[in-house]
Amino acid sequence: MTISIDPQKTNNENLQPKGWLRYFSFSLDHKVIGIQYLVCGFLFYLIGGTLASAIRIELASPMSDFMPRDVYNQVLTLHGTIMIFLWIVPVVNGAFGNYLIPFYVGARDMAFPRLNAVAFWLIPPSGLMLVASYFVEGAAQAGWTAYPPLSITTPQSGQIIWILSVLLLGGSSIFGGINFIATIIKLRRPGLKLMQLPMYCWAMLGTSLLVVLSTPVLAGTLILLSFDIIANTGFFNPVLGGNVVVYQHLFWFYSHPAVYIMVLPAFGLVSEILPVHARKPLFGYTTMVFSIMGIVVLGLVVWAHHMFTSGTPPWMRLFFTIATAFIAVPTGIKFFNWVATLWGGKISINSAMLFSCGFIINFVFGGITGVALAQVPFDIHVHDTYFVVAHFHYIVYGGTVFIIFSSIYHWFPKVTGKMLNEKLGILHFIITFIGFNLCFAPQHWLGLNGMPRRVAEYDPQFQLVNQISSLGALLMAISTIPFLINVFLSVRNGENAGDNPWNALTPEWLTSSPPPVENWEGEAPLVEEPYGYGKEISEQK
Amino acid sequence: MTTLDSSKEIQKNNSEVNETHEDFRMFGLITFLIADGMTFAGFFAAYLTYKAVNPLPDGAIYELELPIPTLNTILLLVSSATFHKAGKALLKDKNSDSQKWLFFTAFLGIIFLICQLFEYFHLPFGLTDNLFASTFYALTGFHGLHVTLGTLMILIIAWQSRINGGRLTSQNMFPLEAVELYWHFVDGIWVILFIILYLL
Repeated sequence: MTISIDPQKTNNENLQPKGWLRYFSFSLDHKVIGIQYLVCGFLFYLIGGTLASAIRIELASPMSDFMPRDVYNQVLTLHGTIMIFLWIVPVVNGAFGNYLIPFYVGARDMAFPRLNAVAFWLIPPSGLMLVASYFVEGAAQAGWTAYPPLSITTPQSGQIIWILSVLLLGGSSIFGGINFIATIIKLRRPGLKLMQLPMYCWAMLGTSLLVVLSTPVLAGTLILLSFDIIANTGFFNPVLGGNVVVYQHLFWFYSHPAVYIMVLPAFGLVSEILPVHARKPLFGYTTMVFSIMGIVVLGLVVWAHHMFTSGTPPWMRLFFTIATAFIAVPTGIKFFNWVATLWGGKISINSAMLFSCGFIINFVFGGITGVALAQVPFDIHVHDTYFVVAHFHYIVYGGTVFIIFSSIYHWFPKVTGKMLNEKLGILHFIITFIGFNLCFAPQHWLGLNGMPRRVAEYDPQFQLVNQISSLGALLMAISTIPFLINVFLSVRNGENAGDNPWNALTPEWLTSSPPPVENWEGEAPLVEEPYGYGKEISEQK
Repeated sequence: MTTLDSSKEIQKNNSEVNETHEDFRMFGLITFLIADGMTFAGFFAAYLTYKAVNPLPDGAIYELELPIPTLNTILLLVSSATFHKAGKALLKDKNSDSQKWLFFTAFLGIIFLICQLFEYFHLPFGLTDNLFASTFYALTGFHGLHVTLGTLMILIIAWQSRINGGRLTSQNMFPLEAVELYWHFVDGIWVILFIILYLL
């Protein structure tokens, strides 16, 4: 069965606002929605970053002197929730996915443009609601995991707003996931085979499968939790005969895949960026695809490794240790493929490349501590210490956020038609890389020596190392300044980029920069070899 | 699922002004229903875990009786069949027949909800009495919410299948097909729920 496409171009010309105003409208253009996601996410990143700075200021001294302890708990809860649900997930999926996927499949828009706009416009209100909950009766205090019974006993209004906000963001994420799956599977240009798609499509397909399969479970769990808080039921309240471990199982059934929802798209993006700046084909395309799908399958059956100290029976510990260790295989394949892509390439050292290399270094470090944490004896030793904090931030900041910046440097010319300033970009990279490693590498040592996480006060013997870590956080905060200056200056009077400044072969570069409303003048090009670098141009066409 | 025979004609009519592409709204709906099904899967997993590890405290009452839910199961299964009839009638351009079947399906859905409420008011336990009581109301309530939404959607498409000026015709089957798929999904979930909650 076929349906007709609305003549969207004329609609756009008549009804949609022009210029920068369209970024504040209910636009159906996937490129506008992508930028909306990115800018909205970045504003929340600044809020979350401010909260992180507050945490590091507090932890510069062993006593809780900068803010009261309950405010500290609120700050760390908001920091975690904002960074995960309002910055990383929307940006690495929503922003780049919306901008790039229709180009990659040779389409004029996403499969469901209205659903797409709805998915975006759920984010700002729920984010503002979350931030505003601080001014009600205090924001949620139970951490981003909201474990009961803590989340049941802390002040209720903040926790309920937190639940509502996460439910809305989860809904937004599911709508996005449905849209990506339909776009990648159904909306491909005729003649474009699945195994010819750029790697980011595969990453987004895997991510969207995880979103669709696991996010609803979180939604159901949070509904039950809100019943416990409002209606005094006892699903997760041991006093009323409930079971807290069931919450942990259901929560981690979403939240472990959530780590892959945050990092798989970054795998895809780095696979787009490396070949362009190394002028070599992506090494091992097929193994990359199978690794992504392997990670998707394994990612759904490893959740209980977050719960080794929750009275899990031995068979469960054994199963989840082995399953978690197995994930290192597909991840390792991807890592070696990236290194092999760089090997012998004609590498240009620019900001996008530097951030991508920074990603590879940080990510392999976070991966190694991840395999260590999967081992039950070691995990029980460092559970709920700063070792876990360090591991997590190496994956999510050192991994994903580095790739977000790398992608901004790589695709800024596409979006605006202007180049970013390379000197400021390299300065941004150097400060971020040093600051990040200074902040989080010492936390491994803190965790191994037993400093618990999520507590405002600590043993004075840890003060020096905590101050080093706070210094790193200061550098990370400073690193945002050259980036912001760079973006504002370059949008106004950056060097003209032309249509394809990197001489890239992936489809989004084969149209003008910035692209026209429906992406292509005429028919979409058929790109059979998106990574065909180093081959004769005649072979390409 | 019924397919549209005259789709080529529409394509021909539209191709002069617009491009056409394959209709993937049904694909999107199926993806959504998989997601929705995962919500239920989470609830079922929680219930079964409680059943396995959390004993019912002394003196707590959690007893279910079979007659009403059995009647409800039959009602929903029959309603799936009547919905299918409505689709077939519409495909043969018998709009008024289709509308009758749709109203009958919605009627069965409403009877289901009334029976469900009747059961709620006659059970010997309330929402907060014990863990299993809470889980029972959460699961059946969440399913009942789906039935309510489904019934409303059936009434809407029944209104749309009116003979003069209705949107729902044999050329535009999608609303009916979508609601039908959703309704079968809700029925299937009920069968699983009936087995897990009442029979196990």
